[in-house]
Amino acid sequence: MADKQYDWGAIARNPKFVELHHKKTVFLFGWWIFSSVYYFLLPIGAAYAPGLFKIQILGRVNFGYLFALSQFFVSWGIAMYYAHVANKDFDRLTRELVDELK
Amino acid sequence: MKKLFAAITLALTFGAFAYAAEAPKAPAAGTGAPAVAAPATAAAPAVTPAVPADAMKAATPAPSTPEKKTLKANPYVTIPIFLIIIAVTLSVVIWSAKKTKSAADFYTAGGGITGTQNGWAIAGDYMSAASFLGISGMISLYGYDGFMYSVGWLVAYITVLLIVAEPCRNAGKYTLGDILSFRTEPKPVRAVCAISVVAVSTFYLTAQMVGAGKLMQLLLGIPYKWAIVGVGILMVGYVVFGGMTATTWVQIIKAGLLMTGAAVLSVLVGLKAGMSPFQFFNDIATSPNIMEHVQKVVLKDPLPVPGFDYGQRFLEPGLFLKAPLDQISLGMALVLGTAGMPHILMRFFTVPTAQAARKSVIVAMFIIGSFYILTTLLGFGAAIHVTPQGIQAVDKGGNMAAMMLAQKLGGDISPFLGDLLLAFLCAVAFATILAVVSGLVLAASAAIAHDIYVNVIKDGHADQHEQVMAARVTSLCVGAMGIIIGIAAEKQNVAHLVALAFAVASSGNLPVVVLSLFWRKFNTAGVISGLVVGTIASIGLVMVSPNMTYPQKIADDAKKAIVKLEEKQASGAVLAEKELKDLDKAKADFAKNDGGKSFLGLKKPLFTLKNPGIVSIPLGFLAAIFGCLAFPSRRSEEMFDEIYVRQNTGIGMAKAIDH
Repeated sequence: MADKQYDWGAIARNPKFVELHHKKTVFLFGWWIFSSVYYFLLPIGAAYAPGLFKIQILGRVNFGYLFALSQFFVSWGIAMYYAHVANKDFDRLTRELVDELK
Repeated sequence: MKKLFAAITLALTFGAFAYAAEAPKAPAAGTGAPAVAAPATAAAPAVTPAVPADAMKAATPAPSTPEKKTLKANPYVTIPIFLIIIAVTLSVVIWSAKKTKSAADFYTAGGGITGTQNGWAIAGDYMSAASFLGISGMISLYGYDGFMYSVGWLVAYITVLLIVAEPCRNAGKYTLGDILSFRTEPKPVRAVCAISVVAVSTFYLTAQMVGAGKLMQLLLGIPYKWAIVGVGILMVGYVVFGGMTATTWVQIIKAGLLMTGAAVLSVLVGLKAGMSPFQFFNDIATSPNIMEHVQKVVLKDPLPVPGFDYGQRFLEPGLFLKAPLDQISLGMALVLGTAGMPHILMRFFTVPTAQAARKSVIVAMFIIGSFYILTTLLGFGAAIHVTPQGIQAVDKGGNMAAMMLAQKLGGDISPFLGDLLLAFLCAVAFATILAVVSGLVLAASAAIAHDIYVNVIKDGHADQHEQVMAARVTSLCVGAMGIIIGIAAEKQNVAHLVALAFAVASSGNLPVVVLSLFWRKFNTAGVISGLVVGTIASIGLVMVSPNMTYPQKIADDAKKAIVKLEEKQASGAVLAEKELKDLDKAKADFAKNDGGKSFLGLKKPLFTLKNPGIVSIPLGFLAAIFGCLAFPSRRSEEMFDEIYVRQNTGIGMAKAIDH
């Protein structure tokens, strides 16, 4: 497969690529750090703040249960939000860049 | 030709199962339906990595005491369901064998899997019998902590989604080695990487194989060895003939079966509580059996403390996971390790574009997340309807909770339905094992055949036919090794191997993947030092951790029991028959283990955590960074632009369908 030769350095300096790469880096690492912090609050909270986890909120359902359940929805939320931003923004920038290089 | 092979596989499999099904009849002649006695050993891999000391003890081979209770699977219902699953999967294999002609077909199904299909396959590849049986069992015995434990397995996919899935699709071809060797010296990097991949896959595979053997033994009464051989032959058959296409479809089928089983049971559990979550939680907190279990078995209060709500305590943390640092360490290994698991990474090469890779992770996250939420219902449902006492009478570790729930809830409607649901769940567990082990065998063989054979030994000069041949032969050898290791490890304590696999993936593989993709200066020395140090640190720490068996500790515990019982005897009390037996057993244990040393000659663990991640992950990253800074490489830096542009945009990526 003789692929077309690209000047990778030039693409890397292309303003469109710089914009894409900057946006992606901020978004991806930002949300990754958020999700990790949110997740580690669960084992840390369960171990060091058991009083908080025991507070009953909805009948017998306590804060700890709701917090653990919220982890699922937060993860799904981040995934859906990422898909939305990526489909709308990142893919568009990538397409524009690829078209420009043709 | 291929059809012939497939026919032979089919025949061998049926042969193995038929033999296996007949074998137990000899000793149990005339007892009718083979009642399956559950041994006290927890089906090891089903027990999850963070098992505390007492559950661990249960996993070490205990002398076979006569069982009070058994779980009966009706063979007239179970065997046909198994045969249907085997027949369906084997026809998938025959169909995919026709399509598997090139190396790309074999390793990546020609890139022709859609995002949604891949999402189901990822879920099928990932959710092992441990998730299904182990976590529901943990919830049924320890309540909230089991649920908390399951969370990390989903959150791990955020890392996969945000950091590795799309870059790997864009920059990779068949294996982890392809990504790592992109701007480094390919030979040493591929060789070291293949060793790490094979190590991770072997640990995980061994745990799964031993679990498969124990589970089949437990559910169907097939002798351990024959269960392993049967599962092994099927797994080898799928991978050797059908490659990635067959493996993918087996995983999709399994994920579908697993979700169906979990959903049906959850609906039955929900109906019992009138579909009201409040009623459900009320049922848990007011169940006298759960209260008694929490009081006597978990908290060990001889008499109830007045005013203490033991039922509500079941819904609060701290009954099972008592070492927060270990939990955090496990959490790190999950969050970073899943993204470094070769069999998961490999799935991203099967889709045509980065968009499809993204979609597949999101689909997988919804399946996996829903599954764990349903697992909570199953676990709590089992606690209410089967009762913790009933579950522990069959299996101390609780691994049979979901199965018993199926039999109970189905049986409440009609006895046949109980048998049918139980048989269906057994079949789901069976399909689960097959799907996971096939993925692992494929990942390990890809590392050996593609990285070592084709690219290191043959310098990348091998035609399609030779590449496919190499892949098939390697899969056969890896599968055969899996069977041998599985049989050899029957009596071994394998519960730590899952933790070990995640530890190596998170400390060895993940740091070098991330740094390769995102750090300009990263180079050959960095990859090698990161992989070697991360892998050795995780293995080394597990070897000196409480995961291993320490005879001195067993002897000390036995000593305590002897002292206690003898004191009771001395005070004039007459020991019950059971206590006398316990005393004899403790004395024997003491005599056997006193002064003994662990595998590495230790009297007690040097490292107190079961999960090494919290130490080994930083070590892996540091080693990768220092190794790379110590031996800088201009070429690697110059090539960064290329990999960075490729992984972000997919420009010039290995064509998914490349001919």
